[in-house]
Amino acid sequence: MATIVRKELADYFTSVRVFILMLIVFLTSGGALYAVQQNIRGQVSESGFVFLRLFTTSGEAMPSLVTFIVLLIPIIGIALGFDAINSERQSGTLSRVLAQPIFRDNVINGKFLAGIITLSVMVVATMMVVAGYGLVMIGVPPTAEEIVRLSIYLVFTIIYGAFWLGLAVLFSVLFRKIATSLLTPVAIWLFFGIFILIAAPAIANALVPVANATSPEVIIRNAELQQMIMRFSPNTLFSEATTVLLLPQVRSLGIVTMSQVQFMIPNPISLGQSILLIWPQLTSLIGLSAICFAASYILFMRQEIRAT
Amino acid sequence: MGREIVVETCNLTKRYDSATVVDSLNLSIEEGEVFGLLGPNGAGKTTTILMLLGLTEPVAGTVRVCGLDPTRQPLEVKRQVGYMPEKVGFYESLTARENLDFIAELNAIGYVEARRRIDEVLEGVGIAQVADVKVGNFSRGMKQRLGIADVLVKKPRLAIFDEPTAGLDPEGINQILDLMAKLPGMGTTVVMSSHRLYEVQRVCSSIGILSKGKLVVQGSIDELGRQALAGGRYRIEIETRRPTPALVDTIKAIPDVKEVKTSGDLLMVITDSDLRAEISKVVVQSDFLLIQMKIQEFNLDDIYMKYFHEG
Ligand SMILES: Nc1ncnc2c1ncn2[C@@H]1O[C@H](COP(=O)(O)OP(=O)(O)OP(=O)(O)O)[C@@H](O)[C@H]1O
Ligand SMILES: [Mg+2]
Repeated sequence: MATIVRKELADYFTSVRVFILMLIVFLTSGGALYAVQQNIRGQVSESGFVFLRLFTTSGEAMPSLVTFIVLLIPIIGIALGFDAINSERQSGTLSRVLAQPIFRDNVINGKFLAGIITLSVMVVATMMVVAGYGLVMIGVPPTAEEIVRLSIYLVFTIIYGAFWLGLAVLFSVLFRKIATSLLTPVAIWLFFGIFILIAAPAIANALVPVANATSPEVIIRNAELQQMIMRFSPNTLFSEATTVLLLPQVRSLGIVTMSQVQFMIPNPISLGQSILLIWPQLTSLIGLSAICFAASYILFMRQEIRAT
Repeated sequence: MGREIVVETCNLTKRYDSATVVDSLNLSIEEGEVFGLLGPNGAGKTTTILMLLGLTEPVAGTVRVCGLDPTRQPLEVKRQVGYMPEKVGFYESLTARENLDFIAELNAIGYVEARRRIDEVLEGVGIAQVADVKVGNFSRGMKQRLGIADVLVKKPRLAIFDEPTAGLDPEGINQILDLMAKLPGMGTTVVMSSHRLYEVQRVCSSIGILSKGKLVVQGSIDELGRQALAGGRYRIEIETRRPTPALVDTIKAIPDVKEVKTSGDLLMVITDSDLRAEISKVVVQSDFLLIQMKIQEFNLDDIYMKYFHEG
């Protein structure tokens, strides 16, 4: 398998595709950093965790870096995986490679692994650049806790990317046509990223009408239903995890009533508590990635490899 | 002779949904042969080959390749068997040499040995001068040759080529066929599928004809030829001017004439023996011009056509 991973990595790192992705990522980080530079002064006094503010500060027109990452990671995952298997099938290299003395799963595992490595390299490189530049800009070194929080965030980002990579690979196994295997995950990305923002309130309002409702229970139920629907989206899961990890003053992901707010201490929560809070998000994301990968694996193992 | 059997199938069957694509195939190929798998489009040649390699699973029957079962021991089989698919493809952004390097690496051939073999096979298929050119710039024929080189790099005991000459120019076809004819001498048994009869006739020591998933005949070309000629079948072509039904009837009346077909000025007479003398006499005596007369023995073409109509 090492041979295949090595070849795939060589392919990725010499490809125009990865170069362009890198370019997009660095340009966005640059833009986000600019926004940070303009706005961070007004926000540092609010709480500690100045370093984390590098990633979460937004400008008037410019969303924060983490918002960009929620949108960009799926694109990277899809771009790395959408033609993994079917391009080899179409070019006739797949049947030639599978006629060599290697196990069939080595091919798909190798591709998946190479995709994750590439993704990780891109994410880590971006974080490093942002952190390094940010350090120079704000002159405040990160605390130990901030470093831990950022590392966990990094792991989350890679798992989130692995989900989209797995989804794209799944469609590249499923569909013979490259255009189809590209458009399907993009459609899913649009659905989870944008459409669900419109769909969730619509469905919730249909099931639990709040138009003339007066009782607070109904309003809460409606809001909870909305949130539940939203959580079907890996984007939501990842955004929530990001919020908890990088904005420690956020104490709850659920609905908080005014009476509860009175009793909330306006202090950031501890690292342990943050991890506890996002544990379900972590396991769901890992589960989703595993499902995508397992499905592509099983399909690929059972497929006939015909060079036509 | 007692040569070893390299490929043996027993009642091998493959179905897609309900269509039977390969039907109870019993095939046996000896070591050192060049075996031609013939058959029209859709006969099941590629499907048979895929089953020999374990790239698709049979629904019934058994396959043994080099004494091994390709579905149970795919790695051992693939170590000894080389395969060139019918639409052979390479990584276009890599050079010919890099493509072969990758294959050599997958076969765990050491660096020095791989380098030597790659030079050797590229030379052998006549593309040594473009070894370091990206495959994306190759013509179809060059890719086809690289495909053959790719099979030979691992020095297989059995090499399977699915339509190796498709898309080659006549010169290229000849070179490839010569190369294949040399392989048994180097310890490689060859199986090639094709629907071009003359090339099979030229290099194959033995053939199998598939039709609608059934093996209609298998044997050496000599044997098959003798079988076909054992009936004493000849085909005599006569060119005359405006033949009449009466002439056709007179020729048919000659003993041993089986069939007479007319197409324009040409008469095709199928006989059990060489009746050229009698036929020419009849034609001339009936006051027709005898412009030309040709005798044609049954060749692979006819064997092929004959079995297709039966199959
Ligand atoms: N995946 C599939 N599902 C259903 N039918 C299939 C499938 N693959 C092949 N077939 C059918 O199997 C039959 C045999 O196909 P095969 O490719 O083995 O023929 P072939 O002899 O190699 O033909 P050719 O000379 O055109 O290469 C064809 O009729 C084809 O339609
Ligand atoms: Mg075929």
